[in-house]
Amino acid sequence: MDPAWAALYIFLLAAATGYEVISRVPVILHTPLMSGSNFIHGIVVVGAMVILGKADTPVEQAIGFVGVVLGAANAAGGYVVTERMLEMFERKPKS
Amino acid sequence: MGNLVELAYFLTALLFILGLKRMASPATARSGMVWAGVAMVVATLVTFLTPGMENFGLMILALIIGTVVAWVAAKKVQMTDMPQMVAIYNGMGGGAAGAIAAVVLLRGEYGGDLGLKFLAILGGLIGSVAFSGSIVAFAKLQGLMPGRPIQFPGQKPLNVVVLLAALVLVVVLMPQESPLLILVFFVLALSFGVLMTLPIGGGDMPVAVSLFNAMTGLAVGFEGFAIGNAALIVAGTVVGAAGTLLTLLMAKAMNRSLWSVLVGGFGVEQETGEVKGSIKSIDLEDAVVMLGYASRVIFVPGYGMAVAQAQHKLREVADVLESKGVRVDYAIHPVAGRMPGHMNVLLAEAGVAYEKLHDLEDINPEFPQADVAVVIGANDVVNPAAHRKGSPLYGMPILDVDKAKNAIVIKRGQGKGFAGVENELFFADNTRMLYGDAQSVLGQLVQSLKKL
Repeated sequence: MDPAWAALYIFLLAAATGYEVISRVPVILHTPLMSGSNFIHGIVVVGAMVILGKADTPVEQAIGFVGVVLGAANAAGGYVVTERMLEMFERKPKS
Repeated sequence: MGNLVELAYFLTALLFILGLKRMASPATARSGMVWAGVAMVVATLVTFLTPGMENFGLMILALIIGTVVAWVAAKKVQMTDMPQMVAIYNGMGGGAAGAIAAVVLLRGEYGGDLGLKFLAILGGLIGSVAFSGSIVAFAKLQGLMPGRPIQFPGQKPLNVVVLLAALVLVVVLMPQESPLLILVFFVLALSFGVLMTLPIGGGDMPVAVSLFNAMTGLAVGFEGFAIGNAALIVAGTVVGAAGTLLTLLMAKAMNRSLWSVLVGGFGVEQETGEVKGSIKSIDLEDAVVMLGYASRVIFVPGYGMAVAQAQHKLREVADVLESKGVRVDYAIHPVAGRMPGHMNVLLAEAGVAYEKLHDLEDINPEFPQADVAVVIGANDVVNPAAHRKGSPLYGMPILDVDKAKNAIVIKRGQGKGFAGVENELFFADNTRMLYGDAQSVLGQLVQSLKKL
């Protein structure tokens, strides 16, 4: 099979997975889930690292550097925000 | 080495999906997040082993800067400010996707494979729009900019022209890699992100943030194809699809089509409808008696309570009432607060038991049995006008507070909700208004109820 077709199938299956995961979520978890999915696309940091790692010119290095900073912030910030939201669902009432 | 990296990415993608799945249920949500977190750390570490990499010093420095700054900022922020934090971190992800696209385009790596190059450019466009749009959303939610829709003459034509120009450059850039054109392309994309977010009002912002979240996911997925990185492809695409569905669900819960959110300007025009009846206020002592001798009370918290940060005081009132044998429940509208689920987060923070929070479908049949329904800073979501054709709110699901035996509305003043529609509930015979800041009113209620 042509790699382009394989890529298209990956895209299709991944999209179906994302759709399926969300469709059975109670409304109360929508915000934490949005935050959680926000964290997950923080994986972009890995792509930015590869770009920076293979950069040859100062311009490429600068853009790659900014990309890694932004990606890392997306991942780290997204994690903490989601974690703080979810933490609250576990705590018992302090009555 | 290369295979080890690929294997780690494969496991990362698997853990992300399983983690996201676990996040879909309150009981397993936290463990799901931990799974995803572990996957992220493993993927980041293993990337250092990618063959042919240099610039490790810069890379580690960038990772430390981004992680530490974001970590500290996210730890410090108030729970009520979470929506804008989601916006800003999401924007950063979009920016990172844009950065990847910029380097890919500058290097001209895909002279032969136009399909991949097209995805790289498209991802760059989507990511850049999400980046600048999220920053404007952040500024509006944070109060750095007016939250109301910002409109000016010729705005819509200008937006269309900017978007079309960016799309033209997508095509123009296909056969070449002129740095100047690449720069113009990114400037146009970033400008469009700002322009499209300006006319969106504060009330609609959660939908816009959610949309930008989905866009960032898609951009990350596209860049994943461009640089041949499976972890980016799977994680980005999953988030793109999940985020799109989430956006549509949110818009539906607010009775707004995605299109009308994007066109913007909602809440600018005022409806001048005649409402029968008059607004009657109640003083604190009477409210205390009404609540103290009720057998069933339902609280309806809204945006105003979130802004006043009165969730802890609300729980205190509920605790006192429960100690007197009153049954207390909370009715949560799907869009109460600033985002779907936001109110639950705030109440959970105040220590309210999860079982006492009820969705709209579950609680609405219960209102007729409630002696008192207490509305705290909610407006449009309890407006019975939504049942009547011709109202701008028509069709929006509402909490049936008007069906309760009595209703007390705690409110700062007589202002209208986001929709700018007069609230018919406030004019009903069995509704009493208790004016004041939610925080102080609830505080006084606690004191007086204890003495009752």
